[in-house]
Amino acid sequence: MEASVDFEPRIVAFLCNWCTYTGADLAGVSRIQYPSNIRPIRVMCSGSVDPMYILKALLDGADGVLVGGCHSGDCHYVNGNYKARRRLAVLREVLDELGIGSERVWFRFISASEGALFAETVREMVDSLKTLGPNPAKAIWFT
Amino acid sequence: MKTGVFICHCGLNIGGVVDIPKVLEDLSGYDSLGYVTDYRYMCSDPGQQLIKDAIRDKGLTGVVVAACSPAMHESTFRKTAEAAGLNPFRCEMANIREQCSWPHRGEPEKATQKALEIIKASAEKVRKNQELSSLSIPVTRQALVIGAGIAGMQAALDIADAGYRVSLVDRLPYIGGHMAQLSETFPTLDCSQCILTPKSSEVGSHPNIDLFTNSEIHSISGYVGNFDVTIRRKAAYVNWDVCNGCGLCMEKCPVKTDSDFELGLAKTKAISIAFPQAVPNRPVINSEVCRHFTQGKCGVCEKVCPVGAIDFKEEDTFIDRKVGAVVVATGYDLHPKTKVGEYGYGVAKDVIDGLEFERLNSASGPTQGEIRRPSDGKIPKEVVFIQCVGSRDQENGYPYCSKICCMYTAKHARLYKHKVPDGQPYVFYMDIRAGGKGYEEFVQRATEEEGVLYLRGRVSRVFEEDGKTVVFGVDTLSNKKVEIHADMVVLATAIVPARGQTELARLLKISTDEWGFLSEAHPKLRPVESLTRGIYIAGCAQAPKDIPDSVTQAGSAAAKVLALFSSDTLSHTPEVAVVDEELCTGCGMCIDVCAYDARTLDARRSLAVVNEVLCEGCGACQVACPSGATCQRNMDTAQVMSMIDAVI
Repeated sequence: MEASVDFEPRIVAFLCNWCTYTGADLAGVSRIQYPSNIRPIRVMCSGSVDPMYILKALLDGADGVLVGGCHSGDCHYVNGNYKARRRLAVLREVLDELGIGSERVWFRFISASEGALFAETVREMVDSLKTLGPNPAKAIWFT
Repeated sequence: MKTGVFICHCGLNIGGVVDIPKVLEDLSGYDSLGYVTDYRYMCSDPGQQLIKDAIRDKGLTGVVVAACSPAMHESTFRKTAEAAGLNPFRCEMANIREQCSWPHRGEPEKATQKALEIIKASAEKVRKNQELSSLSIPVTRQALVIGAGIAGMQAALDIADAGYRVSLVDRLPYIGGHMAQLSETFPTLDCSQCILTPKSSEVGSHPNIDLFTNSEIHSISGYVGNFDVTIRRKAAYVNWDVCNGCGLCMEKCPVKTDSDFELGLAKTKAISIAFPQAVPNRPVINSEVCRHFTQGKCGVCEKVCPVGAIDFKEEDTFIDRKVGAVVVATGYDLHPKTKVGEYGYGVAKDVIDGLEFERLNSASGPTQGEIRRPSDGKIPKEVVFIQCVGSRDQENGYPYCSKICCMYTAKHARLYKHKVPDGQPYVFYMDIRAGGKGYEEFVQRATEEEGVLYLRGRVSRVFEEDGKTVVFGVDTLSNKKVEIHADMVVLATAIVPARGQTELARLLKISTDEWGFLSEAHPKLRPVESLTRGIYIAGCAQAPKDIPDSVTQAGSAAAKVLALFSSDTLSHTPEVAVVDEELCTGCGMCIDVCAYDARTLDARRSLAVVNEVLCEGCGACQVACPSGATCQRNMDTAQVMSMIDAVI
């Protein structure tokens, strides 16, 4: 499938309640503008994000998935962010095998005070996905 | 199932970007919704009333308020829902302000579409939300304080004064901790004993304080409000209930040994009371040196004791206590000078550390307060004080600042000058950190009025030569090498966590930083709480700090304990993990993944069991469970899956 110029990637974002979700709130409160391609789903902890959620989102046609958690050592639940990191490392292999591409899944540590970083991350991710083009899974199941 | 959606305009904050009429129109075709409406300010009284009326009139079983962030008004609207008879956990927010209208002001059409999907996702979630009620936990209104230094004593007194029983535990035979060893205290130069001993005796005689000295924590289990503690009282070989503290045994004991309290600067007996004002004023036999234990003979103390208190057969005893809260105030140790290579690994006899200088200065110390150097007892005429020994030293020590050394070195130099007016104190420093009430003025007096010579720079080497202790250093302000043939050197060695603190932290299941200091729940907003509910921290166990800060933190920890004790039950979120016993195979994957030890394996039934009180609801177990038996209440896999459906 050709990537059209006006392709708008759809990103599902699992944001931890304590850091990244609050950081995203801060971006809004600070009126920092970022692309609206992102669909936030608030989770208590990045460690509660089942790789199945990410797989489902991608198989259903999301072009990218962002998982946001607390910085190293700052996890509200002691070490949930590390659990997420390990699970995602495994998932990446699976995604590459499936041909979906692990570069569609981003895991970022963004704290509650980093509204600007959250916005910048979304901007970068949208740009990156625009370069990558639509999720190839869509071409298989949705054409 | 009948969910109502209430869309807030938030004035123009949402309404100015998101096309609300269009959202309303699109939602009206969404079949799971029972009712959709909008209002200019949903959080206002008329807005809340609108929600209440709709819950009652339309018979809603779930509510989505599409407005600001849940951090802003989730509790507001859950209360609103509850007031109208709806279970508060059946009310969810859809954040279309902070994460939609505000950051997407330039794209109203796309923002409208995004708002629609965010609302649908919340509606999907709420549809499957269970009705929950807060868990209630009983609270045992008794406290355990570990460590009876100034922080532990203060916390114990504050809790005890409020009328609750406190078990105060210290591994040493006496209370007071390091403060009992200090001579004078900065910035007022009042005598440490004079301000400490009244507190010690208050602790010793307080009707609500059970004092366990010469004791350690053997085991602890349970959770906030309900800890089961076993205290191990080490054998003193003296029946303290019978002993009257007359001291005859110490007088007659033939075995001399280094005094730990005097840091080896003086001798004590194999049976001893650490210092004359010790609370409790009872002796302990050091079984490592006592002749009865090492050679199987002697027993002089037993013969001379007028009350028959000596009991060589005494064994450790174990005392069980049930407490609702724990304060950890285990204090500090000094970085051993034997680890400091450039200063002779503690080989040079007249190189001492700050605490040893305190003992030399103390009126009740080995020299009765006269400054005499350890090697030959002479009064030193030139004394070099070296700051930051081990602190602020990435290479050989610790990166952190030990915080109190600038002040106590200034104090030491001044006290030395008061006692040896013709002596010359030198201080090698990196920076002077004298933040605190009256602190800067205190240091100023040392440098400007009392003739203490401050040299900014490091010392490269310290060694003995011809009865002198030679110090090679540099003064970076004049850019010159400095060589001082001193009579004594005092090292301000780094503050490190007390020996055994890491093991204790493991026992308590609270975390430490990489150096072993206890981690607070939040560095700014929750400085006296550990991450484990019901366990609080105070004093140098958390980080190096001075007496005023330790006392402040102890009082604050006590206030937290008292807040916990203000009710005989406390509530806990019901949004925790639950195990479907039909599906659970007892594989135990969830047990390893739980950071709170909230899960145990019931081996008999081969089931994972959740302790709902310990569970913090992070959801890690739900991911780990391979059979889908574990679910996080109101955020289960099915809910997240339908939320994903709603946004794709």
